[in-house]
Amino acid sequence: MKLEELRKIRERMGSELRLRGGKVRIRIVVGMGTSGIAAGAREVLRTFLEEIEKRKLNDVVVAQTGEKGFASKEPLVEIIEEDRSTVVYGNMTPEKARRVMVEHIVNGNVVGDYVVAIANPER
Amino acid sequence: MVQNLANSKLKERREKILRRYPPKRDSLLYILHDLQDLNPQNYLTSEDVKAVSEYLGISVGEVESVISFYSMFSRKPRGRYVIRFCSSPTCHLLEGPRVLEELKKLLGIEVGQTTGDGLFTLEMTSCLGACGVAPAMMINDEIYGNLTPFKVKEIIESYRKKGK
Amino acid sequence: MRLYRSHVLVGMDTFTLLAGARKVKEHLIRQIEKRGLSDEIKVLETGSLGITNRGVVLLIYPEGCYYVNVKPEDVPEIVEEHLLKGRTVQRLLFKGELERKAVALPESPLDVRRQSRVVLQNCGVIDPENIDEYIGRGGYEALERALFQMKPQEVIEQVKRSGLVGRGGAGFPTGLKWEISAKVASEEKYIICNADEGEPGTFKDRVIMEGDPHRVIEGMLLAGYAVGANKGFIYIRGEYALSIQRMEKAIKQAYEYNLLGSNILETNFSFDLEMRKGAGAYVCGEETALIESLEGKRGEPRNKPPYPGTCGLWGKPTVVNNVETLANIPSIIVKGADWFRSLGTKETPGTKLYTILGHVVNQGVIEVETGITLRKIIFDYGGGMKNGREFKAALVGGAAGCFLGKDMLDVKMDYTTLKSYKAVLGSGAVLVMDTSTCIVDMLRCILDFFKRESCGKCVPCRMGTDRLYRLIVDISSGKGTKDHPKLMLELAQMMNKASFCPLGQSVLLPLSSAFKYFEDEVMEHILDKRCPAGVCKMGEK
Ligand SMILES: Cc1cc2nc3c(=O)[nH]c(=O)nc-3n(C[C@H](O)[C@H](O)[C@H](O)COP(=O)(O)O)c2cc1C
Ligand code: SF4
Ligand code: FES
Repeated sequence: MKLEELRKIRERMGSELRLRGGKVRIRIVVGMGTSGIAAGAREVLRTFLEEIEKRKLNDVVVAQTGEKGFASKEPLVEIIEEDRSTVVYGNMTPEKARRVMVEHIVNGNVVGDYVVAIANPER
Repeated sequence: MVQNLANSKLKERREKILRRYPPKRDSLLYILHDLQDLNPQNYLTSEDVKAVSEYLGISVGEVESVISFYSMFSRKPRGRYVIRFCSSPTCHLLEGPRVLEELKKLLGIEVGQTTGDGLFTLEMTSCLGACGVAPAMMINDEIYGNLTPFKVKEIIESYRKKGK
Repeated sequence: MRLYRSHVLVGMDTFTLLAGARKVKEHLIRQIEKRGLSDEIKVLETGSLGITNRGVVLLIYPEGCYYVNVKPEDVPEIVEEHLLKGRTVQRLLFKGELERKAVALPESPLDVRRQSRVVLQNCGVIDPENIDEYIGRGGYEALERALFQMKPQEVIEQVKRSGLVGRGGAGFPTGLKWEISAKVASEEKYIICNADEGEPGTFKDRVIMEGDPHRVIEGMLLAGYAVGANKGFIYIRGEYALSIQRMEKAIKQAYEYNLLGSNILETNFSFDLEMRKGAGAYVCGEETALIESLEGKRGEPRNKPPYPGTCGLWGKPTVVNNVETLANIPSIIVKGADWFRSLGTKETPGTKLYTILGHVVNQGVIEVETGITLRKIIFDYGGGMKNGREFKAALVGGAAGCFLGKDMLDVKMDYTTLKSYKAVLGSGAVLVMDTSTCIVDMLRCILDFFKRESCGKCVPCRMGTDRLYRLIVDISSGKGTKDHPKLMLELAQMMNKASFCPLGQSVLLPLSSAFKYFEDEVMEHILDKRCPAGVCKMGEK
């Protein structure tokens, strides 16, 4: 790879990471580090994927990331929407994921019971 | 006859693993890892040891001495699923011993033993680096955390089902 | 950028969300639009505004006035009166004391902005399996900088000036380590990333490798460029299945982009990188034992000197660095040594990763500037003690660490300060214990660890660890005598002097600190045959 190519990727990805693509309304990011997986993150991720498939939501994407650092709240799931605060849900299970799907992703209401943090839109 | 067939197949697979690595001393640990993973009983056989020693050109005694040094290797047959339960301070502090008791009861064995059906071997290990979700254990390559007596039961049952 | 005459901040935290903050925000936007004020007034979400249990909270700038218990039906009035006519709505105005001044960030321990994230800046943010995301966040910019604008010696100078010391436990200055190897003339040199992370209560390196593997690769590339090495190894413990998988994937991607391999980015610099799995031996984290293990032998420590820097892997100059150390390098190269020195303490600048574990509300990894006190770690970041129990002790630095009692809560947790208290920071593990904990029981657990992990190469450690374990079992089962503690201390002191490697030498630390801070408790086990915390089962073995 040439230097220019590296720079091009950086530029393209830089803006993409900030805006996260036009057609995507919501990003569901599941923490898939060892702590997350050991606490059941894989099942949670699978549930989100199934629910999205079932409801044919094509403006919602599911992504994975590493460990944020707060192991005792794992599995952690972030719901990122443009111009809105990011909502972080903790101690997730497949059942909770289904409720988040219905109430938050589809109907836009935050499920207060599971919230462990709210962060400002930043990235 | 069937035994012979199985043996030659095993030999073939062993050869294949060996050839994946250059015949150099520093390939030793990697080859041992792979050979052990190949064996459904999770251990290194005398044939394994001999084959490695020939392939790398080091004595059988050397190979044995290396194997004995590392806790992940075994020269004795083990269960299909090797449970490695963490005994280090964080897990110990957060109810690890209580969960271990339940686990022993569930399996009907003590630490270091294998269940009669050949499914499980229970071992203790030092910190697995999963202390954030202590108490924790590993079953083969999978890690399980936030263990409770109830959760352990579920996990063991799921493996029992899988193992049938 | 637009300039707005007014900003309306809607506080979003668990409470306000439940009270319907989202609805209020939507109403605000709609009303503002209806009045054609969208160009003048900006509605923003923010974290907690520091007022709890008062429903939805708004803060309007430039006046800086707070409204509480705002309902959707109140919105038209706020817009009409306050935003249009400039008159405050008295009935909703907040008049009490603010819990915190000004606009604060969310009061959640999960909020990473309360930390100073350098090493962890991408962890939990990017997809670790996608190299493009790392590049998009400024990844491989340091490599670019080094290869095209800096001589190897300049890279070393920068690292030296930054004051970075190794994060693997020993705290050796990284720049100096590199310089030693750089100066040796040799065709072959090696960079080893020590990812054996076996210290009980530590998993910071794992979090880095799983969450941002390319940062480690870039750090190694920079080290290689600086010392003139073309080959690197990551020695990783076999139990870290996910880290192994992610690192392997990252290495593959880096090769595809020619960020590893020959003539990187079309320069003369080439660097190859391989992963090697350990097989479960704590002592292999010690650098010379690690090298033995890499060579395919028993992982027993070597004699020092010669040090690996001049004579390491296959007798060649070898730099061994911890994962966290290496993960610091890219930021130092991009942002400079002065920036790094502006963080943390003067003696050991930068940030440090701590794992907070045990009887705290929030267990996990934090990254903060060096010089933080134990109290802050536990109460600010750990969320305080679990179940409202009282703090009893913290084991700092892992099993080979040191028990710290209550009077040490305000001591700074950095390498130099702790050294002056004869304690160690080690890997940064902080295991917090409340009053339900029995120190004798914990010691038994620690000595069991040492017994298990002693490699057996030298007699003092092999016999000593075994003996110590048996003695502590005596005490915990009510068979201890008055002489036991003295005997144990003498034994540990002998091991400290006569053991071949730091493993055997370091047993003294946890033992002597436990006996020092909790002598009464130990003596109660011995004299009264009683475990005050009710943990040890007296009379059993
Ligand atoms: C018993 C023992 C275990 C060690 N374990 C580790 C380890 O797991 N990871 C690590 O980076 N350093 C470990 N070290 C320290 C290493 O010997 C070495 O100092 C370190 O890797 C150097 O890297 P640094 O300068 O970046 O800290 C250990 C040392 C001893 C004595
Ligand atoms: S002190 Fe212990 S671990 Fe170190 S060489 Fe001696 S026996 Fe091995
Ligand atoms: S102490 Fe058990 S996983 Fe670390």
